[in-house]
Amino acid sequence: MDWVIEAEALTKKFEDLVAVDGISFRIAQGECFGFLGPNGAGKTTAIRMIQCVSPVTSGKLTVLGMDVGGRQREIKALLGVCPQEDNLDPDFTAWKNLLVYARYFGIRREEAEKRAKDLLEFMQLTEKKDVEIPKLSGGMKRRLVIARALMNDPKLLILDEPTTGLDPQARHLIWDKVRELRKRGVTVLITTHYMDEAQQLCERLVIMEKGRILVEGVPADLISRSVGSGVVEVLSPTDGMDAWLRKGEWIYEKAGDRAYLYTDDNRSLRERILREFPAANVIIRDATLEDVFLKLTGRGLRD
Amino acid sequence: MSVLSNISRRSWAVWQRNKDVFFFTWKTNFLPPFLEPILYLLAMGFGFGMLIQELPPPWDQYTYAEFLGPGLIAISAMYGAFFECTYGSFVRMHYQKTFDAIVATPLTIEDVIAGEILWGATKSFINASIVALVVAAFGLLSFPSFLLVIPITFLAGLAFGALAMIFTALVPNIDSFNYPFFLLITPMFLFSGTFFPLEILPEGVQAVALALPLTHTTIVMRDFGLGLFGWMDLLSLLYLTVLTLVAFYAAVWMMRRRLVS
Repeated sequence: MDWVIEAEALTKKFEDLVAVDGISFRIAQGECFGFLGPNGAGKTTAIRMIQCVSPVTSGKLTVLGMDVGGRQREIKALLGVCPQEDNLDPDFTAWKNLLVYARYFGIRREEAEKRAKDLLEFMQLTEKKDVEIPKLSGGMKRRLVIARALMNDPKLLILDEPTTGLDPQARHLIWDKVRELRKRGVTVLITTHYMDEAQQLCERLVIMEKGRILVEGVPADLISRSVGSGVVEVLSPTDGMDAWLRKGEWIYEKAGDRAYLYTDDNRSLRERILREFPAANVIIRDATLEDVFLKLTGRGLRD
Repeated sequence: MSVLSNISRRSWAVWQRNKDVFFFTWKTNFLPPFLEPILYLLAMGFGFGMLIQELPPPWDQYTYAEFLGPGLIAISAMYGAFFECTYGSFVRMHYQKTFDAIVATPLTIEDVIAGEILWGATKSFINASIVALVVAAFGLLSFPSFLLVIPITFLAGLAFGALAMIFTALVPNIDSFNYPFFLLITPMFLFSGTFFPLEILPEGVQAVALALPLTHTTIVMRDFGLGLFGWMDLLSLLYLTVLTLVAFYAAVWMMRRRLVS
């Protein structure tokens, strides 16, 4: 098996904080792998180590078969990075941004122009070619950052929260493009705290919290393993109802004025509840990654 | 890993990036270095200079405007790189996140800083060369020896750019640049033999002035500009070279410490 990334007991300590705490994972060639976790879980820190811009404190990390400690320029030449914060060059147009970026990789001018043209088309930005960065919308900037990350024809594309703050149209366009890149064989590493995004794109993912990996797996498996396939939500249960709900063979959780019951057979559970409490306000739905995420990381606010 | 082994010729891509931005807005960039020396020469050289009957030796055979001209070239060489590698670099590092974008490519942070300092020196070269040509056009410089001033503008630019980058590695925010400007740059502007000969200062103060980089820049600019050559010029060139090397190393090292965590 060709591993694109291999991390073993990877650790990053800052002065007063262990940001990444001995995580191990492997990402295979051609895979779309997700890092999920609340703010401060250590996702971006892990990515910065993979990118060779933040030194590893301890543990082992190889990217495309090379150790991040020694062969940083070689590794970086093969990565495409879309950072969390847009860092396009505001002094240039969209087109010039791509050409200047290509120069950092030592790509020849004619080749760079050809790729820039293709990538603007791919990201549906051709008509914005000569627009300066401050005049682009958030979604256009994000698409341009992804186009820029593809200028060096990377073996591994790293997307750090690629759709945060975007409208649904822009998010779906980006998802479509990521899927297309996957078909071309690009390995993708994505961080997100949108569970629908992870479910849409990732074949395998880890959920992180406080620098550690809580679970790793295929989204559908993770859901059935940790919460079952269905969810029953009971709105504003009375005290009596609540006491009854707590005692079942299903997993019970309470948040705000809502009780969440996790079970594989949510239809028959709803019927049982309605037989017992005909006035109950009950909703059933399929379990999602969000349920897994909230169950594992809790419902408390992070920051 | 050593600081210097992380610098490669890829630094030129950073230099090119800054050059491209500069020429994108070239009209606004070329006007100040062209107009400023004219204003200074008119007001100080020919206006204020009217009040000066005779300069003290060894300058007694020169008019005040002739004395002042090379000082203006030196001042321009100082400000060009110092502005670029303080405010300019800080904006790119902190506000525009340009450095972050670049280090995601095969460039190292050392490449970025080296490229920034080279560009700062280039700004000094462009600005101060324009000043030199303007001063020469007023007939205040000796031809052809004043042409030697042109490469010196780049050397001085390297020294002031590297020095500036040390402050950029240290300041917590952009307003803090007031300190190096107020405590270092403005005193140098006034007391480095730019507007009046160092010889008229008390000896103790002269010694302090001789420790300042702008003093040595001015010595070389004035001697070469007026066609005079002496041992002092070699010492001044040596001073600027050593300062460049030391400050460059320190700046790159301190920037790595600031930016890589």
